[in-house]
Amino acid sequence: MSDKNIIIEANGVQKYFSSRVSGKIKALDGVSAKIHKGEVVVIVGPSGSGKSTFLRCLNLLEIPTGGQILFNDVDITDKKVDINIHRQKMGMVFQHFNLFPHMTILENMTLAPTHLLKKSKEEAEAKAMQLLQRVGLADRADAYPSQLSGGQKQRIAIVRALMMEPEVMLFDEPTSALDPEMVGEVLEVMKELARGGMTMVVVTHEMGFAKEVGNRVLFMADGKLVEEGTPEEIFDHPKHPRLQDFLAKVL
Amino acid sequence: MRVGPAQLWPDVAPQWILNLPEGLEDFCYDIYKSFIFDDRYEMYIRGLGNTLLLTAMATAMGIVLGVIIALLRATWDKNGHAIHGFPKLLLRIVNIFCNVYLTVIRGTPVLVQLMIWYFVVFASSRNGLMIAAFAFGINSGAYVAEIIRSGIMAVDVGQMEAGRSLGFGYVATMRYIILPQAFKAVLPALANEFIVLLKETSVASFVSVADLTYAGNIIGGNSYDYLFPLLMTALIYLAMVMFFTHLVGKLERRLRNSER
Repeated sequence: MSDKNIIIEANGVQKYFSSRVSGKIKALDGVSAKIHKGEVVVIVGPSGSGKSTFLRCLNLLEIPTGGQILFNDVDITDKKVDINIHRQKMGMVFQHFNLFPHMTILENMTLAPTHLLKKSKEEAEAKAMQLLQRVGLADRADAYPSQLSGGQKQRIAIVRALMMEPEVMLFDEPTSALDPEMVGEVLEVMKELARGGMTMVVVTHEMGFAKEVGNRVLFMADGKLVEEGTPEEIFDHPKHPRLQDFLAKVL
Repeated sequence: MRVGPAQLWPDVAPQWILNLPEGLEDFCYDIYKSFIFDDRYEMYIRGLGNTLLLTAMATAMGIVLGVIIALLRATWDKNGHAIHGFPKLLLRIVNIFCNVYLTVIRGTPVLVQLMIWYFVVFASSRNGLMIAAFAFGINSGAYVAEIIRSGIMAVDVGQMEAGRSLGFGYVATMRYIILPQAFKAVLPALANEFIVLLKETSVASFVSVADLTYAGNIIGGNSYDYLFPLLMTALIYLAMVMFFTHLVGKLERRLRNSER
């Protein structure tokens, strides 16, 4: 039966986008992957390869047109499953942060736990302050998102997701919208998270991060999972010509 | 026979006014006739009260109606493609009804709508104020709906995704995350809709609601002189509109400065 260590299992996930102009676009063409507990899986690939779409399928922000997503052995693509319950356990960090601009940092962080986990305001705030301390932003608790730099916003977005005590964190190009000098501070938080044993799936263009932190690297191209392996296998001994071609361009 | 202002005038006017040159004395007499005789100023005040009451009731109804319709329409616009089966059919039908409502209400004069409500639909009721409040509420709802819908549509899609990814359902995300931002963005437009409504309610005098315009009209008719009653009516509207416009300006500045 199922391996207790697998937290997310994607089976033949397909995603078509239909557009009036160009008809059906195949974004994902039967992608299967397993994410184990405590693992940091990095997804790389050229733009348009479907890596973000695949990540967004994992918590059903994109609803797959075919295939299955098992989260803790529950098929969350089943229409009868209440996806909201499962999403609470899957934190997500976006390229554009998506902090709530009408709320302070503290309110951003306590909104979900007070409403969804029924935590008291005091309890949630105490936890928020503790997390803010960890990312060095405790002094900005009462600031609004527009008062923060991109790097600070993204660190807040990460701890906001952590407030729900997720079992897995999904990162959708978390450093792509940042000025170069701010990439480091965000990656540092992610590395610390990985060291703490968090299960992470990261779509990124940061090959250094993939090499250093990733346990496993998935290479996607044209909506397919082309090659997967340890960072050494992927970066030092690439087999597939598409991967060799890609690495030649980015490294 | 009823005593008219002309008979009373020599008794109530102070001697120094009666001694004024003829033109100025006439002016004072017109003022007396339009505002003081028979405690006519009370009619303006009651009329103003009714105008404000009518506007307040219509605004409240318009906002409730507008939010509901804006949510239904925005949900269909943004998520219609992701919903399937019976809910989709239901939403589609509801959305068609909303569109018919918006088209009819925004495509016909408010006075005609008011008269249809008053003389046809609620012909058995003579409570003009409530019927007018209802009519203006229905009318305003259509405009408010489109204002709020534009606000909802303007909120970045990432906000919905962020809310959903934390585990909030669609409705909760709307309530805690999308609507507060949408409201904030369209608050000045909503306030302007309120100001427009304040002036529009003047047509309620058509179905004999004793609002401000009605007071000016009646006093003008009773005193055979419309100049001062209508000037005063216009002046009160102008003062209210200027006051509320000032408030809206203040509000806009505060919204612009907050969170920066």
